[in-house]
Amino acid sequence: MSYPWILRRTLLYMAVTAFALWVLVPIFFIGISAFTPRNEIYRWPKPILPSRFSLDTMRFFLNSYGVLRSLSNSVWVALLTLAFTLAVGAPAGYAVARFHFRGREGFRLGILITRMFPTALLAVPLAVTFIKWGLYDTLIGVALIHTAMALPFAVIITTGIFMGVPKDLEEAAMTLGCSRFGAFVRVALPLALPGLAAAAMFTFVISWNEVFAATILTVNNRTLPAHILTTIQASPLYFRFAGGFFMILPALFFMFLIRRYLFHMWGGATAER
Amino acid sequence: MPSPSFSLNIGSMDKGLRKLLGTDTFLPYWLLLPTLIFIGIFFLMPLFNAILLSFRTDNGAFTLDYFKRMVKDVHFIEALKYTFLLALTIVPLQVVTALAMALLINTGFKGSRFFLYLFALPLGISDLAAGLIWLSIFTQHGFLNSILYSLGIIDKPIYYISYQNIGLTFLAVVVAEHWRATAIVMVILVAGLQMISKDYLEAAEVLGARGWRKIWYVILPLLKPSLQSALIIRTIFALQTFAVVLALAGDIIPVLSGQAYFWHFLYRNSHIASAYAVFLMVISIAMTWGYLRFLRSRAEVVRA
Repeated sequence: MSYPWILRRTLLYMAVTAFALWVLVPIFFIGISAFTPRNEIYRWPKPILPSRFSLDTMRFFLNSYGVLRSLSNSVWVALLTLAFTLAVGAPAGYAVARFHFRGREGFRLGILITRMFPTALLAVPLAVTFIKWGLYDTLIGVALIHTAMALPFAVIITTGIFMGVPKDLEEAAMTLGCSRFGAFVRVALPLALPGLAAAAMFTFVISWNEVFAATILTVNNRTLPAHILTTIQASPLYFRFAGGFFMILPALFFMFLIRRYLFHMWGGATAER
Repeated sequence: MPSPSFSLNIGSMDKGLRKLLGTDTFLPYWLLLPTLIFIGIFFLMPLFNAILLSFRTDNGAFTLDYFKRMVKDVHFIEALKYTFLLALTIVPLQVVTALAMALLINTGFKGSRFFLYLFALPLGISDLAAGLIWLSIFTQHGFLNSILYSLGIIDKPIYYISYQNIGLTFLAVVVAEHWRATAIVMVILVAGLQMISKDYLEAAEVLGARGWRKIWYVILPLLKPSLQSALIIRTIFALQTFAVVLALAGDIIPVLSGQAYFWHFLYRNSHIASAYAVFLMVISIAMTWGYLRFLRSRAEVVRA
């Protein structure tokens, strides 16, 4: 425990604390803003801590026209997206993790390339197509485009998850009389379940946060971010702050739940490249 | 008695199907099929339709008119300028910040997992929410002005977000977007750092490379694949910066994605909105190609 060692440790902890404050302080500020009484938002100079903790601003936000409805729309769209994404993406992830087939590398490259598509390039033409198909301004329509956007992540993430489940276990189950499907359901699936749950929550967050496509594809059935974005110029500051805080709440909660997998998922995702 | 032959039929069909599905030759393709169909409908078809929409009139005639109108649009040059300025400012800043964070985390100090989680938090925060978060700081009576005032540095609020201070407004957007999207770069780099074999690091130590020399001559070259993917991903998404600008700066700073949004949403012209979208895609591809070429040629020079 030499002197330079202590000095280096101190500098290290100072640096990480500075970065942590940089991340946390803005979140803290929006949290305060959401619980500041409405009239204090415009006061000058504004005290850093409000005179009193108040639910007034949040209540105003939740009771504003269209908010509760868009909130329920957001939850439905995110749940549909989660179901579609896992149903479509997880089998592909399993195939890439388990089999060596012709076109495997081509498929993986294709998946990476889809991430390069600008959202505008998907959303604008799909709005025209969805009008023809009767999917315009529907929750399913928004969920479908969110699924498209989440699918590359889902395939990459589930590939990593299934690679983490030893192939030997499934083969052992098959020697003991399980069919391939039975081995998958009884052996691979339970082992992959925590990772799949984390992937599901991550998909939920992607859909919950998405605003561009949701705004382009809806008129009356807005999701929460789409509702906030389209009314932003006309809404008072306290409405926007409460909205901002409300939007990050579930995201932070899910990030906390999946904190161990988060890194595993992204680590796996980059190891793929 | 139709039933035995019927069940027999099902049985043989099932057998045939199982033969087709059950072999390892075909099973992976069946598993990929839903994803491939989805990519066909939701990526390839929109790509195709966007090109049609931007090059073809409603009567079906080929035209360059939509692109001409896009380029002549009063906001086009400004949007192009700010989109590139934003990407060119934010991406290098993010890589440097994320690299510092990742190298700190990678020392594996006590509590590094906890700090890794904290640093990764903005991953879950949307661009719209990030814009609103920083609005509470940069708005006229916001936290920044209030803090500066209480410290006695200013005596009246500074207008960070206004047409009079476009430079400051631009900086506010840079700060917000830098804050939000550095986490993803950091996570990619931490993953890359952990894949670097300990042998190289030990060899470097034995040969006398320590501290900055070790980082510059050993770690950074080995980290290049991760740096490259982080750069490509971030540049592509930075070119699409949209909601954070709209939430924070309204229409003071036009960006390309915002123009696509306005042309579709306000002016109800999907042709010109598509032209913007196709233009964005072309820029994204060109940038990716540039990165791959530039970074690879550098590698070959080093190897030679």
